[in-house]
Amino acid sequence: MSALSAEHATIPVMGRLAPHTGRTELLAHIAEAARQIRIQDLKLVHYAGAGHIGGDMSAIDILATLYGAVLNVGPDNVEDPERDRFILSKGHVAGALYTTLAAFGFIPVEQLATFLKPLSALNGHPNRRKVPGIEANTGPLGHGLPIAVGHALSAKLDVSPRRTYVLVGDGELQEGSNWEAMMAASQYQLDRLTVVVDRNRLQQGATTKETNDLDPLQDKAAAFGFAVVEVNGHDHGELLDVLSSVPFRPGKPTFVIAHTHKGHPISYMSNNVAWHHKVPSTAEFELALEELEAAAHPRFAKEL
Amino acid sequence: MTEILTRNESLRDRPRFDCRDSYVKTLSELAEHDHRIVGVVNDSVGSSKLDAFKKSFPDRLINVGIAEQDMVGVAAGLANGGRIPFVSAASCFLTARALEQIKADVAYSNRNVKLCGMSPGMAYGDLGPTHHSIEDIAWLRAIDNMTIIVPADPVETAAALRWAAEFDGPVFIRVSRMGVPQVNADDYEFRPGRAVTLRNGGDVTVISNGTVVWRALVAAELLADQGIEARVISMPTVKPLDVEAIVAAAAETGAIVTAEEATSKGGLGGAVAEAVVENHPVPMRILGVPEFAPTGSAGFLLDRYGMSPEGIADAARATMARVR
Repeated sequence: MSALSAEHATIPVMGRLAPHTGRTELLAHIAEAARQIRIQDLKLVHYAGAGHIGGDMSAIDILATLYGAVLNVGPDNVEDPERDRFILSKGHVAGALYTTLAAFGFIPVEQLATFLKPLSALNGHPNRRKVPGIEANTGPLGHGLPIAVGHALSAKLDVSPRRTYVLVGDGELQEGSNWEAMMAASQYQLDRLTVVVDRNRLQQGATTKETNDLDPLQDKAAAFGFAVVEVNGHDHGELLDVLSSVPFRPGKPTFVIAHTHKGHPISYMSNNVAWHHKVPSTAEFELALEELEAAAHPRFAKEL
Repeated sequence: MTEILTRNESLRDRPRFDCRDSYVKTLSELAEHDHRIVGVVNDSVGSSKLDAFKKSFPDRLINVGIAEQDMVGVAAGLANGGRIPFVSAASCFLTARALEQIKADVAYSNRNVKLCGMSPGMAYGDLGPTHHSIEDIAWLRAIDNMTIIVPADPVETAAALRWAAEFDGPVFIRVSRMGVPQVNADDYEFRPGRAVTLRNGGDVTVISNGTVVWRALVAAELLADQGIEARVISMPTVKPLDVEAIVAAAAETGAIVTAEEATSKGGLGGAVAEAVVENHPVPMRILGVPEFAPTGSAGFLLDRYGMSPEGIADAARATMARVR
């Protein structure tokens, strides 16, 4: 497998639209960002010969919505103390995060070509000491939520409006540290903390139901003191609405269950447990590329 | 190198101090002048003696409940938000239960978190090995980007805390509970990675830290009575290590004994042995805790494992005897 060459690093720099931009434009912007991030991520995994493509694809709409229209973080203010924080707890989808950071200008697009190469800053799990825009070195599961609670506490102590978002995998919720953190979030009434669960119902080798069933997840989160919202995790409108509503319920942290499909929307990959960290063959790669490129938004594909 | 004490006959009889008192006094003073400082505890307000801190700064003492993984992750998040968290928890639970958070969230992420291990070693003597924290130094020494400090007395505890508050990065400080006499001068200045020579001597060197330093000083008195001049080095910073002082001791005295209230595998003794073997091999003896300790107070157990003043003196003579 050849390494990803610079010519495959086609992601354009995007950035948020101006605040007055209408919802239709905003959603089209997010959709096109997500589509291009997916294409790039597919190339990343195919050419690197490794990665977690299933989880990447299930998380990309959430990442594109956050970076495209919600977070007040951009390449120019990655060190601003008052920036919103996004913590990727499911660190194994680092490829999706790098691709998103490249799409929104945090790192050079060309740098994606180094993904997983020896001495690259783009390791299989994110490293904040090497990549701007990363808030925590995650990878072991169950770490992001406590860190997010700590940041949300710091904002509360500062009486700052800055917001905290953390993306956790659903299988990851089997780690007890998440529930420790949820108790503390509720106790401290961290209503500017939003936990997003990538609820694709698949973990490494099986469904969550077969492994350690999380349901009824909404009831569990509610019992831990969270305001619980369920959305289609591939619907940018639903994501945008809930992620922009902070606080969602005053006095309560928010728990967004984003229903997703691992591998979405690639036909042979979607909701298929085999694609946790499988690498597409050349034929599979070309088919996926064809499907993703066909989905271009007619109005925005050129302008962006 | 600073010579502070030359005669210590009375060390055994001097007043003993619980270093947690120095800890909370210093932390409160620091917090008074730096609003970024917060305490983070796992229901350990009382066991960390933080009641006074809580009274002075009620909003700045974060109690996450009995949840160590969350406690350290929360501290990393507080640091992300610009705060300087001092995590205060029993060292056994802090380091064992949250080891991966210490590795990933604090050290690897390079967050400005101060991990304060309360009542380390065998301070919870008769509560047994579940509550002993003899492994903490060895575990944390294996983690990159982690400064490890084991103060010997209240003066050094305060000085190390003041330094840690200024330093931007991960630090682990052991805060002793078992009473210890003051061995450092009142105007002692802590310098990271620097050993303190408390007594000069050319026949053998005893390197120790924490609660064992005063015992080493008394051992040197016993040796002096027998005509043996022992160098006594206090090594508050286990990491980074003062290799220069160790190599000089090896070269100039020819025999080294280490003694610590921690496991004899991979702690201060291990660190010194690595420096000695790589730079200037000489006979060594590593005193520490070799097993899950039986029931007994910390003082009783230290004596049992050869770290009474007499035991340390015996080890020094035996090690000298191995010098060709």
